Amino acid sequence: MYAQMVKSEATAEDPDKLAAFQARIDAGEKIEPKDWMPQGYRKTLIRQIGQHAHSEIVGQLPEGNWITRAPTLERKAILLAKVQDEAGHGLYLYCAAETLGVSRDELTEMLLDGRMKYSSIFNYPTLTWADMGAVGWLVDGAAIMNQVPLQRTSFGPYSRAMIRVCKEESFHQRQGFDIMMKMASGTPAQKRMAQDALNRFWGPALMMFGPPDADSVHSSQSMAWKIKMNTNDELRQKFVDQTVPQAEYLGLTVPDDTVAWNDEKAGYDFAEPDWAEFYDVLNGNGPCNTERLAARNKAWDDGAWVRDGMMAHAEKKRARKMAAE
Amino acid sequence: MDSDLFEFACRMGDNTLVLGHRVSEWCGLAPVLEEDIALANTALDLIGQTQMWLGLAAQAEGKDRSADDLAMLRDVWDFRSVLLVEQPNGDFGQTMMRQFLFDAWHVAQLDALKTSSHQQVSDIASKSVKEAMYHVDRSADTVIALGDGSEESHARMQAALTLLWPYAGEVFEDDTVDQAMADKGIAPLPSTLRPAFDARVRDVMAQSTLQIPDTEFAHKGGKTGARHSEHLGHMLTQMQWLQRAYPQAQW
Repeated sequence: MYAQMVKSEATAEDPDKLAAFQARIDAGEKIEPKDWMPQGYRKTLIRQIGQHAHSEIVGQLPEGNWITRAPTLERKAILLAKVQDEAGHGLYLYCAAETLGVSRDELTEMLLDGRMKYSSIFNYPTLTWADMGAVGWLVDGAAIMNQVPLQRTSFGPYSRAMIRVCKEESFHQRQGFDIMMKMASGTPAQKRMAQDALNRFWGPALMMFGPPDADSVHSSQSMAWKIKMNTNDELRQKFVDQTVPQAEYLGLTVPDDTVAWNDEKAGYDFAEPDWAEFYDVLNGNGPCNTERLAARNKAWDDGAWVRDGMMAHAEKKRARKMAAE
Repeated sequence: MDSDLFEFACRMGDNTLVLGHRVSEWCGLAPVLEEDIALANTALDLIGQTQMWLGLAAQAEGKDRSADDLAMLRDVWDFRSVLLVEQPNGDFGQTMMRQFLFDAWHVAQLDALKTSSHQQVSDIASKSVKEAMYHVDRSADTVIALGDGSEESHARMQAALTLLWPYAGEVFEDDTVDQAMADKGIAPLPSTLRPAFDARVRDVMAQSTLQIPDTEFAHKGGKTGARHSEHLGHMLTQMQWLQRAYPQAQW
């Protein structure tokens, strides 16, 4: 899940219009950019899609950290293809957000000065090659859990972006699991890397779904508007149910002694992740928050002359064309 | 072992490997999102070409080494990349100028290799030239836009051209390997590609309003392996680290 704790906006508009809008959503119709929509719906979507886009962009950094150290040419090529897809996802998502009346540059500035967030997961470091496996397997796995239902979200451009994104994300998850399989069946050092990666990413992956439903204050309006399709706890349970057997298959141990199959609920029991850590990361105190934001700010600042130069060239070309006509 | 073919295929593959690595260092750090995508795409193409060229080199060598062994387990002196591609990224302008100077040669080379008497060389070139043509269109457009753009972008692009120009000529130096390749109809003599390169570079620099330095001087030593830059060794410490630290592992 690349959007967490998205604050939904209250709406104080004409009750008849609101009722008609809700009726369209309930009937499964898609809302398109030119349709009337409540201000709260628009603002919540900008926040959610923007946060999702930012996550794709910042998410390039922990993986980029290993592109230059990928162990084989094939692994390097696969990782490059994956990171390129992620930048592409960022692009479709910014385009979807732009249909709501906000520009990509405005969203970028809000990311860079800390007014907008990206997923907490990208504030964790990638320390060994097995982390490339764990990111694909667990992080992309968790993202897919959230994004598959969002293909049916009520806002047309977001829904269509999700359909494209999901196709590529499932390739990302498979390549992550493939790295984990190689590592888990490899030398003792590789197995140790694989277990260590699972130990470090398990809790943060569970946190990607956001706080427990009891503490999730923004959910009900977003669910009514079909901006959010499932509750945090539903998705987290689904993720654990899918992932525990995969860990067993790999011969790895999920770092939670309380994991046990529960017949009654037909799912696994598991311990809550460390929510104090989650709020620390959200408040800027994750292991890499400062570095990630500094890297994005530096890229933006260092690139200013390029963007200005491109604009100046476009302007000169236009002027030359006008003069010739 | 076909040592001339091995040497030739290493030269082709090491250029794409080293440049692909350099370009991949930009991951997530480009000036705009479209450039992040384009740089990753360029790096991906170059690494894909590396797999084919070093695969051919491994086969020509016949010593049971793989393309990965050649990429990850040779030391600096066995690399055959030209000094141009070893140069650090610098700013975005320097990266794109290096790319353009490489692409302008690469397209001419691959285009000639399409008619190679060696089937595999011809197949690799036919596939790669499509990618290289896209690369040169893009790098030329970027050099033109930034050269012609603002005062600052013009100054930075001129600095990049002045810095990199002495590294542009190495690919056109002929030696005994090149002569053997030309005699067998496998590859053109490098010096014969220079007129097409010069024509393209002159055209692009004129549109960019950039001055080509008035010198014929060319640094050499990368292509033959006689004297690489200091930069290559640092790159290999990163690129080869996992393979060397865990020699028994499969990845």
